[in-house]
Amino acid sequence: MKGRTIYKGKAEGEALVTNQPISFYGGVDPDTGTVIEKDHELKGQSVKGKILVFPTGKGSTVGSYTLYRMKKDGTAPAGIVNKECETVVAVGAIISEIPCVDKIDVAKIKTGDRIGIENDVIKRL
Amino acid sequence: MMDGAEGYTVRKSMEILVALGDIYGAESLIDIGSVQVSGVSYSNLGDAGLEFLDELAKDGKVRVLTTLNPAGMDLENWQQLGISPEFAEKQNLVIKAFEKMGILVSCTCTPYLIGNLPLYGEHIAWSESSAVTFANSVIGARTNKEGGPSALAAAFVGKTPCYGLHLDEKRIPDIHVQVKAEFTKLSDWGALGYAIAKKAENKIPYITGIKKADLDELKSFCASVVTYGAKPLFYIRGITPGSEEQAEPKETVLIDQVDIKNAYDNINDPVTRIELVCIGCPHCSINEIAKAAELIKGRRIAEGTEFWVATSRSAKQLADKRGYSAIIEEAGGKFACDTCMAVAPLKGRFKSLATTSAKGCFYSRQNLMKTKMGSVEECVEAAVTGKWSS
Repeated sequence: MKGRTIYKGKAEGEALVTNQPISFYGGVDPDTGTVIEKDHELKGQSVKGKILVFPTGKGSTVGSYTLYRMKKDGTAPAGIVNKECETVVAVGAIISEIPCVDKIDVAKIKTGDRIGIENDVIKRL
Repeated sequence: MMDGAEGYTVRKSMEILVALGDIYGAESLIDIGSVQVSGVSYSNLGDAGLEFLDELAKDGKVRVLTTLNPAGMDLENWQQLGISPEFAEKQNLVIKAFEKMGILVSCTCTPYLIGNLPLYGEHIAWSESSAVTFANSVIGARTNKEGGPSALAAAFVGKTPCYGLHLDEKRIPDIHVQVKAEFTKLSDWGALGYAIAKKAENKIPYITGIKKADLDELKSFCASVVTYGAKPLFYIRGITPGSEEQAEPKETVLIDQVDIKNAYDNINDPVTRIELVCIGCPHCSINEIAKAAELIKGRRIAEGTEFWVATSRSAKQLADKRGYSAIIEEAGGKFACDTCMAVAPLKGRFKSLATTSAKGCFYSRQNLMKTKMGSVEECVEAAVTGKWSS
């Protein structure tokens, strides 16, 4: 699948997929990478080292910094795949240098798939 | 600017702005009137964020009016709120970095109440999701929901890439929300925001059926609707600017009293004993402080419960002059100026929260609090009895 590069680069990992938007600030514990939002379908699961696949971001504008500190602390996702990447997540990916691509039909990816990102291309490995 | 002739920070900022412009197909950078910067609490930033800001502060100076979001503590009375000296030291370093950049240390999420008031149609580059939504929807200014770092980048350059909500064609509503419900208290507007966000995820709602709304209600609604997942722009027919010019979108959803009740059920946790009561998310206006003072006058906050009024320092100064602050403090309440429960380092300190704010409930879960949302009356009652009664 080919999408739009938000931040270039290569990443590989196991996909963690949700159909619900994510707010990194307030929705994810930066110390562990665990999703903590009440009623979120990923609640209790860790995004650390995963190819995190979600439709778009929501909520807090602090989320860019949350991604940045997760990257520094080793709890960030290895890569991000969105249907439509919003500015907060895009800026987070850019300053944290996390490969990120959007305009992808996220319904075609299942949790547990081994996924590779290379710039604007997504491959099942 | 890209070649570094204007310094490290301008070059770095241009890299961020140009990257965003390329991604989203902006044809140019446009001049902006002001900036609101989020990502101020050391609790959010950590050392990684502080280092990032220190780098930018070396030679970065803002070129437009730039105001700041709440910090992790009251900058003057942090001891009274139980903040540790270690946290205060780090928080002060964050504030120093922003001051060095020429940013006004306003520390409020309601910049539009304290002197950063954009005009209708004006292009701005704001972060702080509730303020972005208020600026776009209630004022009719134009901003994308900037992340903290891209808002800073825009401030250092004085421009932002022209895409998204800066463009007429991206401001067209895409879902009609018919509201058939009655609102009797402030928190109903938070519940409405939750209900609409769940039915209009990542969409621009065009809302009909609301006859009247005041500043505090719209402020609360803005915070909730964007927190729970809508785009940072909505129209309310007959109330917000531009609503008369936009056509009703075809896709229609209904919000009725059952949706409002469901919103309360989802936001509220099963908890009776209340350890923290906090009003002011977004920061209390002077009217909200007046109401709290009237309700709490002559009463006493329960042993083992704290009552916080989160507000801007400017609103607090008005409250001082009117005697509201003295009334609240005599009852045992505390002012949390420059900060709020959503960004202060409260993890593990309180097991439960009562508040008027749907947004406040969302962000307090990361601090492991059970939450109750209700009217100012219910919150004051919880503060003086230590219990949630309804």
